[in-house]
Amino acid sequence: MPRVKVARKSTAIDMTAMCDVAFLLLTFFILTAKPKIEDPSHAETPPSTMMIPVADADMITIHVGMDKAFYSVTEQDVRVKTLEAMGEAYGVKFTPEETRRFELTQVFGVPMKSLKSFLDTDPENVKKFPQAGIPVDTTNNNELYNWIYKSRQAEKALHEKDLNVSIKADRAEEYPMINKVISVLEKQKKFKFQLITSLKTAPKK
Amino acid sequence: MAELDTSGGGKHKGGKIRSKKASTRVDLTAMVDLAFLLITFFMYTTTLQKPKAMDLAMPDNSVKTQQLPIAASRSMTLLLGSHNKLEWYMGEAGKSAPTVDNYGKDGLRKALIENAKKVADTHNADEKLMEVVIKPSDKSTYENLVATLDEMSITNIKIYAIVPITQIEIDDLKKNNIY
Repeated sequence: MPRVKVARKSTAIDMTAMCDVAFLLLTFFILTAKPKIEDPSHAETPPSTMMIPVADADMITIHVGMDKAFYSVTEQDVRVKTLEAMGEAYGVKFTPEETRRFELTQVFGVPMKSLKSFLDTDPENVKKFPQAGIPVDTTNNNELYNWIYKSRQAEKALHEKDLNVSIKADRAEEYPMINKVISVLEKQKKFKFQLITSLKTAPKK
Repeated sequence: MAELDTSGGGKHKGGKIRSKKASTRVDLTAMVDLAFLLITFFMYTTTLQKPKAMDLAMPDNSVKTQQLPIAASRSMTLLLGSHNKLEWYMGEAGKSAPTVDNYGKDGLRKALIENAKKVADTHNADEKLMEVVIKPSDKSTYENLVATLDEMSITNIKIYAIVPITQIEIDDLKKNNIY
């Protein structure tokens, strides 16, 4: 009796389709990519049903977390001009190298007196730099107030526009801190601003 | 793992010499590997979901305009306390006993809808909108504030404002153990 021979199949699989899909996905990810912003406040936004997308230009964002305030502005030229104005106001001189570093810093939260040493830190160690938060109180002349005010002046001078303000606070942050930030904005007649939230599905009515 | 050329060209009976046909199939394994590696990289380094925001308008406190008195019968005051609890009452403070509630859909939302309906039923057409006064205490969190503002939009309440809390109201929160 002849032995039944099992036909040997080739183990090679046709990879064409898989390759197509992989590159399709890759293209999608590249096109939609927006690099993650390093956020030192680690604020976890509270959920809400609001669907208004946040604009990604001409925007000041105040990050609030761990009872500290952090500051960021989207426009790089505004950043440079703001730093100049702040240096003048607080009597700090910044080198071109430090200005360059500041231009590329997205979010920061250090008082003026330690801003220089923050900007002098190597890019590798900057994550470990202890950021004490920008001083904020209810008076008319605190650092956060000035940062926002000088940025808005810079935006006005450079682009003839006003910056929008948004607050990104941690969900567990207690109200007094939020109140301080809001009153800083109210003092410079910024009565409309945005609260950044994460999306929660709206309930059915 | 490249494809073996199994066409076995060139050994025909006629003895004609034919050039061996090379297979056109390319091994794509390495290419797929690379593509998936890049996909993984992009997935980890990007934020797909754009953050959402809610607009908040605070009253302009720089100009002293003529302030409209709030009719006590159609105002509802929310006192945000600690432990994710809040208190609400209708009308003036002290006149009606406050109710302790939570932020869920059976708590605050239900109260808002019911009170808005009551106000609409008992008032004339031109002033049937309920006014909500939000008073966050120092012990309430940002999440509580956002949840409250969110309920305003869910229950379609048009008139609301964030107002500083008074000492009497703090004492009342203390009495109910949510401060």
